[in-house]
Amino acid sequence: MSGMIDIQNGHYEREGFELRMSFSVPRGAMVSVIGPSGAGKSTLLNIIAGFDQLKSGSIDLNGKDVSAAPPAARPVSFVFQDNNSFAHLSVRDNVALGIAPSLRLSAANDAVVMAAISRVGLGDLADRKPGALSGGELQRVALARVLVRQRPILLLDEPFAALGPGLRKDMMRLLQELQAEQNLTVLMVTHQPDDARAMGGDIMFVGDGQVRAPVAAAAFFKNPDQAIATYLGN
Amino acid sequence: MNNRIPSPLWLAPLVVATAAALGLMPLIFFALKQGGAISLDARVLHVARFTLWQAGLSTLLSVFPAIPLARALARQQFRGRMILLSLFAVPMSLPAVVAVLAVVSLYGVSGLLGGWFPVYGLPGILLVHAFFNLPLAAIMLHRALAAVPTENYRLAAQLDLTDTSMFRHVDWPAMRTALPRIIALVFLLCAASFVTVLTLGGPAATTLEVAIYQSLRTDFDIGRALSLSAVQVVLSLGLVLLLGKLASPVEVSQRLRLGAERFDGQRLTQRVLDVVLLLLAALLVLPPLASLALTGLSKLAVTADLGQAFATSLAIAVPSALATTALAWCLAVLQRRGGLSARIAIATSFAGLVLPPAVMATGWYFAVQPLQGGVLLAALLITSLNILMGLPFAVSALSSGLASLGETHDKLCQLLGLSGLDRLRIADGPALRPFVLQALLLAFALSFGDLTAVTLLGAQGLVTLPSLIADQMGHFQSRQAEGTALVLAALCLAASWAAQRLGQH
Amino acid sequence: MKRILATLAFAAVALANPALAATPLTIYTYDSFVSDYGPGAKIKAAFEKTCDCTVNYVTAGDGVALLNKIKLEGAGTKADVVLGLDSNLVTEAEATGRFGLSKVDTSKVKVPNGWTDKYFVPYDWGHFAVVYDSEKMKDPPKSLDELVNGDPSQKIILEDPRTSTPGLGFLLWMKSVYGPKAGEAWAKLKPRILTTAPSWDAAYGLFTKGEAPMVLSYTTSPAYHMEVEKTERYKAAEFSEGHYMQVEVAGVIASATQQELARKFLAFMLTPDFQDEIPTTNWMFPAGETKADLPASFAKLVKPAKTFIYPSEEVNASHKAWLDEWLAVVGE
Repeated sequence: MSGMIDIQNGHYEREGFELRMSFSVPRGAMVSVIGPSGAGKSTLLNIIAGFDQLKSGSIDLNGKDVSAAPPAARPVSFVFQDNNSFAHLSVRDNVALGIAPSLRLSAANDAVVMAAISRVGLGDLADRKPGALSGGELQRVALARVLVRQRPILLLDEPFAALGPGLRKDMMRLLQELQAEQNLTVLMVTHQPDDARAMGGDIMFVGDGQVRAPVAAAAFFKNPDQAIATYLGN
Repeated sequence: MNNRIPSPLWLAPLVVATAAALGLMPLIFFALKQGGAISLDARVLHVARFTLWQAGLSTLLSVFPAIPLARALARQQFRGRMILLSLFAVPMSLPAVVAVLAVVSLYGVSGLLGGWFPVYGLPGILLVHAFFNLPLAAIMLHRALAAVPTENYRLAAQLDLTDTSMFRHVDWPAMRTALPRIIALVFLLCAASFVTVLTLGGPAATTLEVAIYQSLRTDFDIGRALSLSAVQVVLSLGLVLLLGKLASPVEVSQRLRLGAERFDGQRLTQRVLDVVLLLLAALLVLPPLASLALTGLSKLAVTADLGQAFATSLAIAVPSALATTALAWCLAVLQRRGGLSARIAIATSFAGLVLPPAVMATGWYFAVQPLQGGVLLAALLITSLNILMGLPFAVSALSSGLASLGETHDKLCQLLGLSGLDRLRIADGPALRPFVLQALLLAFALSFGDLTAVTLLGAQGLVTLPSLIADQMGHFQSRQAEGTALVLAALCLAASWAAQRLGQH
Repeated sequence: MKRILATLAFAAVALANPALAATPLTIYTYDSFVSDYGPGAKIKAAFEKTCDCTVNYVTAGDGVALLNKIKLEGAGTKADVVLGLDSNLVTEAEATGRFGLSKVDTSKVKVPNGWTDKYFVPYDWGHFAVVYDSEKMKDPPKSLDELVNGDPSQKIILEDPRTSTPGLGFLLWMKSVYGPKAGEAWAKLKPRILTTAPSWDAAYGLFTKGEAPMVLSYTTSPAYHMEVEKTERYKAAEFSEGHYMQVEVAGVIASATQQELARKFLAFMLTPDFQDEIPTTNWMFPAGETKADLPASFAKLVKPAKTFIYPSEEVNASHKAWLDEWLAVVGE
């Protein structure tokens, strides 16, 4: 197995809800995760990030078994739909947390933080607090932190769902650029098949208690089976 | 949750359990040696029934009015609001006998209000309990309300929600998480109330706590004291765990702006209602304090004794408040994990109210007796008992805060590897500063005004402000005692004011 | 703060090296004896002048708490002297087997009805009395019976016999006068009781706030008001049946490390150096020789014609039953 994310014979169960999965995602893949709501898309991300545990099966990230590793020890960054920042910390501090949880930064690291903030286009807002930022700007803060953390896997749970169409396009473009720059392996949950199409890359479908292995986007939309067709509304 | 290594948080329940065991084991041992049947008679049933009835009524009268009162305090801006909130923390620090005398000087037979109020009997007990606990419940609920995201109020203002739907959808969810703990706290405080109940109720008003004290003191029947304590523990622990079940945390939405800025309550009827409520609360709390201030000021003599007692009180209350808050933090975090952790945390946090202090103190004294301690050991034991008694207050305050953080806060911390002290310093601490300050304040006020622990465990040469008050009252100087009580109240007011100021963002 | 630090430092040193000080004498006593208003400090200084010793006080709440402390500590007690038990507790205290013979000549002790106990030495005494506010009550009761049968609108504040020594004293007083009919008498008195406070402090505090014209206290209470407040407003009512008495006593622990010194202290208690402190700190009558005259106010106090006191054995045997009798009537 040489994928960046490798789950074999994974079985998840909680309060009657079950999810089975066996798949591998190669390094540098850009994967959109789609499926009906409540199917387990967020659960899948939580399992990879370590917020939820598999009942059985193996989970390897970057070639290492992480089934016992806490979230912070996994090679994973995570962007939630919202609440990615602490309200009492400035943009700079929120990003700096990605390098040093103690917030004690060397000058060099401080420069790295400022560079990341500039890279996502927030250079002028470094000293603002989250309360003074717009929704798009808040998600940029989250992406800046992804940059400084330098973890090879990036999980995003409907990160741009709350943004308007134009802004969403801008953010996806930024995400694609960052993915290419750092050769990130990206899994992004979205409920917009159009977003998945626009992102290119691969698509994973979650439904009927199964996580399906990723397939190329073009192939996915060309030959949908019954479950996918129902979901897409064709 | 990933907790392969036992979390250091578990030290807190361990410490409390050890303290409880140290208190109980020697007594159990002694009771076995003393022999005698462990006996409970029909009178216990009567006593238990009265305890529940009295404490239930007191809780009803103290907590339910606090709900609209906390709302009024949150949504009406007026001059003196800060000082009123600060004053609300003062009654809990007053020794019961001082509060009783202050209330009597207004409502008593020869009181300023002409004695129309039947202060001797159940109404008087309820009045004093409300004087103690209504403001306490109000400041704790007010703190819980301040955790509501401003966004919710903006949304509500946008939708032009009616008063009722505003309450149902915005205020109530925030208060609901805090309420069960506050109810448990007030109920147990009233159930354990001793001086107030006996002074105003007389022998007809015998509570379990009185019966336990009697069997420990007059009868020196340790077995009976333990079996009565067991009844009390079963009743109160049952209540606490039951209420703990109700304290399910609510889902918290995005919170970006710090502090709660409200837009509601500006209609005329709402304003009138709120003002009436605030006036009624002020009428309950302020006149006894004012009467204390008036008598106290005229008899206040700044002496070396007073200074020394003041310093001793501080030397006990400050470490006690810090330690209480630290332990309470661990318990509140454990409680948030749900399941068995939560039940253990809830039970431990209430240990100081569930186990009668007289029993604990007797057991501890017995346990440390071979050490031949003196003043230092006495101070340590007093501080420890204060910590146990302060824990339920501090845990309640911190739990409301933690409940307001929301799930993603947890996830973010885990993801970033923020844990232990870093998490406290960078993520949780600043986000919860007002709650931490309230926990510190409540623990401080309780310890600063403590007479129970210092009476039970005191040593010669260890004079705190409350024990100086007791000395003065025991030597005909009840007026000088009011002067001393005024100093005590003034410091609590200052601490409360400081906690409010520092808690503002 | 300095004084506290000094106290703490001293305590730390004393803990670390008890042998540093002169021969230590450990006296268990109640809180208010050693409080700033009590006689403790002066008596310690006076006794230390007579010996190469250091007096260490260890405190408990009151006489009952003191005895319980001794019971709890058992053979391991560090006490040499226990000071502040009340005469009602003598039998119970002797039954613990912890106390040794006093070997002090108590024949000259000045206590009404005399003193014969071999284990305990009295150091002060007083009569319980109903104290009234003469501005509110022109016609105070002249007997316990008048109190019991009097106008229910004129209230009295009592103390709880389960939690307070004066409370127990009044219970015994009622029993002394009414015997088997005490229950009925309590029922008649009940409407006159404004409230029953858990402690003397709370009761007297309510009384001076003006809540009731009468309170159960001591015949000596008016002396405080005369001496310190220069007023004769508060007076004790003299009851024709007689008054119940409380005697405060001290004893030595049989296993004490400082036997001789402890007995020396008991003897010292009856000397003027000790006794002169009693009237204006404990507000009780001295049980031994005094050098100074009693304060002038003491001459104006009620002097009961008859003194009641139950033998301690009888109190020990019956007080539970008497408490139940009381509680059955007033606790309804």
